[in-house]
Amino acid sequence: MHIIVCIKQTPATANIQIDPTTGTLKREGMAAEINPFDKYALEEAVRLKERVPGSTVSVVTMGPPQAEEALREAIGLGCDDAYHVTDRAFAGADTWATSYTIHMAIKKIAEVKKPFDVILCGKQTNDGDTGHVGPGVASWLNIPNVAYVGKVEDVKPEAIRVRRMMEDGYDILELPTPCLISVVKEINEPRLASLKGKMAAKKAVITKWDAAAIGADKSKIGLSGSPTIVSKSFNPPPRKGGEKIDGATAQEKAKKLVAKLREMKLI
Amino acid sequence: MDYELTEQQQAIVDITREIAQKKIKPVREHYDKTEEYPWEIVEELRKADLFGVYIPEQYGGLGGGAFDLVLVVEEISKVCAGMALIIAGTALGAYPIILHGNEEQKKKYLPDLATGKRLGAFTITEPDAGSDATAAKATARLEGDHYVLNGTKVYCTNGKAAEIYTLFFSTNPSRGARGVSAFIVEKGTPGFEFGRKEEKMGIRASPTYQLEFNNCKIPKENLLGKEGLGLLVAQSTFDVSRPGVAGQALGIATGAMEEAFAYARMRKQFGQPVISFQAMQHKLANMAMDIEASRAFLYSVARAMDKKTQKRYTKESAMVKCFCSDVAMRVTIEAVQMCGGIGYMRDFPVEKFMRDAKITQIYEGTNEVQRNEIAMHLIKEAAQTGLGKK
Repeated sequence: MHIIVCIKQTPATANIQIDPTTGTLKREGMAAEINPFDKYALEEAVRLKERVPGSTVSVVTMGPPQAEEALREAIGLGCDDAYHVTDRAFAGADTWATSYTIHMAIKKIAEVKKPFDVILCGKQTNDGDTGHVGPGVASWLNIPNVAYVGKVEDVKPEAIRVRRMMEDGYDILELPTPCLISVVKEINEPRLASLKGKMAAKKAVITKWDAAAIGADKSKIGLSGSPTIVSKSFNPPPRKGGEKIDGATAQEKAKKLVAKLREMKLI
Repeated sequence: MDYELTEQQQAIVDITREIAQKKIKPVREHYDKTEEYPWEIVEELRKADLFGVYIPEQYGGLGGGAFDLVLVVEEISKVCAGMALIIAGTALGAYPIILHGNEEQKKKYLPDLATGKRLGAFTITEPDAGSDATAAKATARLEGDHYVLNGTKVYCTNGKAAEIYTLFFSTNPSRGARGVSAFIVEKGTPGFEFGRKEEKMGIRASPTYQLEFNNCKIPKENLLGKEGLGLLVAQSTFDVSRPGVAGQALGIATGAMEEAFAYARMRKQFGQPVISFQAMQHKLANMAMDIEASRAFLYSVARAMDKKTQKRYTKESAMVKCFCSDVAMRVTIEAVQMCGGIGYMRDFPVEKFMRDAKITQIYEGTNEVQRNEIAMHLIKEAAQTGLGKK
């Protein structure tokens, strides 16, 4: 099988900064790492490769030059080939333009390497937080997709059966390949890099493509190609500490809490 | 300070640190309390390829040297010095094979030691032979194509967990020190049993066993080097392994300082963080100076050893082992003091560093023996240069 993982390099912090004029995320001068949710997608891709002999994993990212580091890390964790889609023209893309760009890159990977069977994404990023891009890529590629996958029940070259996590339980769904799934963190525990993997990653050749190389339509990429209009954006006020309920014993604290909730008419 | 590590060495540090922080830190208290063997951590270290950093590539290792091993041991010891012995103890068993093994022995044992599939151990100590290794009583008698081993070895690090043991027996008791020979003994050989498990002050995640040999037959091919050259095997092993103990001590000191410093920044007394008091600041400065001096000294010796700038490093390896372990003891005592009452408590990690530090002044040659060696070398050198003679 040919498995493709889409990853994004995001700020290594919970303190995301927004550019007040464009309303887009600030990327300059921030320490970056692989989006935590994408690490589960990477791990699952490598596990699928181990489950189906003869499989290969490609990893793709759209991002500035320094995003190459994220791709090298992905190779260290077991991916075979890495593709870096990078161009000033991609800057400021919303989720529509991003998913368009990534789908064009995936088409190109399929062309230069081989057709893909399964695409994996993290359920969302820790900076944009939308969860749009995975399903968006599937939509552009016109392939089935399932989000919030917590387990891959079965995998065969022609189909994949997954467990979709829902608020009230889970669904078991089977998708014909080619398809896309986006995964939640319950799906696995990502492995740590090995020394041999890390050294191989340093030497790996990473394919770089600009907008022209993937044949992207200029009107569909970057800030100008993004239909989203940000009317206003701001950093939410930091969460306050909340109220601490004191008491000598657990029973006393519980009593006070219940009284408080009654008073607020919450119970 | 930037010590200009190579790419591979930096990768070793990064990977080991990640395992230490994410996998070892959450469980170190458990293994310190229970003295169980941390097989889950052995598995993590295997998966990360960290067992073979110092083993030549043709035997499945990564082809680095003593410095690479020091870095692994230091990083693990910053979190748990006991678990650092998973690799350091295995290295102590592997080095005699690297240094004195023949091609068959290297091919047979090093690949498994390099991947960590099988762990290694090394023991020379006996109930009546500690610093005086020449007093060893355990014997190996040649009978046809076998040696028959008899006697008791004590304080075997990695005991029972390890499968490949480098051990020392007298093949000719009448010759004393010159009658001692080195052997490779595999776990499971009939007549090789594990005796008591020691209950220790520190490094409690690392098992220490007594080994009993009762007419244990091993193939003649398991003799390491030549008969009667056992002490040379041991001494040349210590030359390269003592920097590992120094690395363990350096890690302990660094880990203890980090914990104590973090606490002193947070802890408020008299309305301010205790680190704002000069008494604390001076302790911190002294610790930092001790640690940086240790690191600079150890790294320069380890690097020189890997470049083979001279034939033997007996004096220098004794110096770094002795220096770094004395620093570890000093720093950990001060770290407990900096934390006050909580520093003395078992559920706060600083007292563990202090308990772990003590062994580094004792094993692989007590620091008294290290000083003897250093002085003996200085006197020998003086005799060669004619120092003090008119």
